[in-house]
Amino acid sequence: MNQNYIPTSNAVSRLVQELNKLPGIGPKSAQRLAYYLLRAPEEQARFLADAILSVTQETKLCSICFNATDTDPCPICRGDQRDRTKVCIVEQPQDILALEHTGIYKGLYHVLHGAISPTEGMGADSIRARELLERLQSSSVSEAILATNPTLEGEQTAMYLSKLISPLGIRITRLARGLPFGTELEYADDVTITQAIEGRQEF
Amino acid sequence: MTKPRTYQTEAIIIRKIKLGEADRILTLYTPHPGKIRAVAKGVRRPRSKLSGHLELLTHSMVSLARCRNLDTIIGSQTINSFLPIKSNLELTSYALYATELVDQFTADNVENPPLFQLLLETMKRLCQGGDNELVLRYFELHLLNLVGYRPQLQQCVSCKSALESTINSFCPGAGGMLCPNCRQNKLTYSISVNGQKMLRILQSNEYNTVSQLEMNRELSGEIEGVMRNYLKYLLEGEVKSTAWLDTLREQKIASG
Repeated sequence: MNQNYIPTSNAVSRLVQELNKLPGIGPKSAQRLAYYLLRAPEEQARFLADAILSVTQETKLCSICFNATDTDPCPICRGDQRDRTKVCIVEQPQDILALEHTGIYKGLYHVLHGAISPTEGMGADSIRARELLERLQSSSVSEAILATNPTLEGEQTAMYLSKLISPLGIRITRLARGLPFGTELEYADDVTITQAIEGRQEF
Repeated sequence: MTKPRTYQTEAIIIRKIKLGEADRILTLYTPHPGKIRAVAKGVRRPRSKLSGHLELLTHSMVSLARCRNLDTIIGSQTINSFLPIKSNLELTSYALYATELVDQFTADNVENPPLFQLLLETMKRLCQGGDNELVLRYFELHLLNLVGYRPQLQQCVSCKSALESTINSFCPGAGGMLCPNCRQNKLTYSISVNGQKMLRILQSNEYNTVSQLEMNRELSGEIEGVMRNYLKYLLEGEVKSTAWLDTLREQKIASG
């Protein structure tokens, strides 16, 4: 049997290969998507191709907060309704979406694009910590809200940033940690329960 | 006889990587069957009942179900969450360094219960707050004992003669000390007499004896340097978390 024989068109196998590189898409999923697109109207394929291209060509990082944006500075950094004395520090741009969805926070953001994870080789230079420090030094911000994830890496990042920021004399706060809505106390772990008891509030 | 479909073991969570929408692949170090990788489903969702019990550097009782490829975690209960480590930046880094070494020096599904005990004890010692450098050096030397890379510190590895009390050198390639006569043309690191004594005491005593010792900064730095070079040689690359330990140390010196 000829080893080089590919039982499908070159274009299809190329698409399968490219889709396979995406996170969470294995060879079978890639095949399924490729054959779906083969049968789909040409318009749909063009829209998808356009959307993929424009995300890399038109999107840039805001030079102030490093959120993904079409315009620099981003709408949040430009907005006159925002509270310019608060900066909320998050790990990834997706975290801003979650916080904005609540509509309760009106301050500014800063995206680190990662968290400190020594065993994966992510140190202080892999997150935008220096940029954050420079930004806080040269602005009228009076409160830095550490909103990194409540994981070991997120906690480590928060502890490191708080050490870095504290000489500036700015108020440093951390998002409250405790029991998430809709869960049961019985299943909570020690760390969460300890923090929930320590951070309990007047009812 | 077939193996039962589910099993339970205590474990220390030493590594995690994201998988799919809300899952993680965790590396667990267990007394039995050693290092395993397992899938924890849904642990990245806030309402996950398992997530808090499966965070890095947690000692937990874990239930797993055998699957074709990676086993799946079906239950977990914290035994010790090592809160003092997790609420201190330096201790977290030290503990991560220890877990990285265990991860690097072990293969999947190879049992080594004494190594599990050593890792567990090391994490408890870090919580107690003594000389953390001493805890780490003790850990490194005893880890090497347990994984088969015990360095020869008593005699010259080349001519087999007992070492005299003078400046001898450590040769990572030869796996031990070389006397001044044998060290020629080899990549070696000189160690002071006190440094050699300290290494020997650390290598062949229990922690209770070792913890009585006092190590000044100079000696601590010397021994750390030797160990770092030996570990780097054995692993054929840097231990990743040392870069972060160095960053923290530099900032500590800078801020006084």
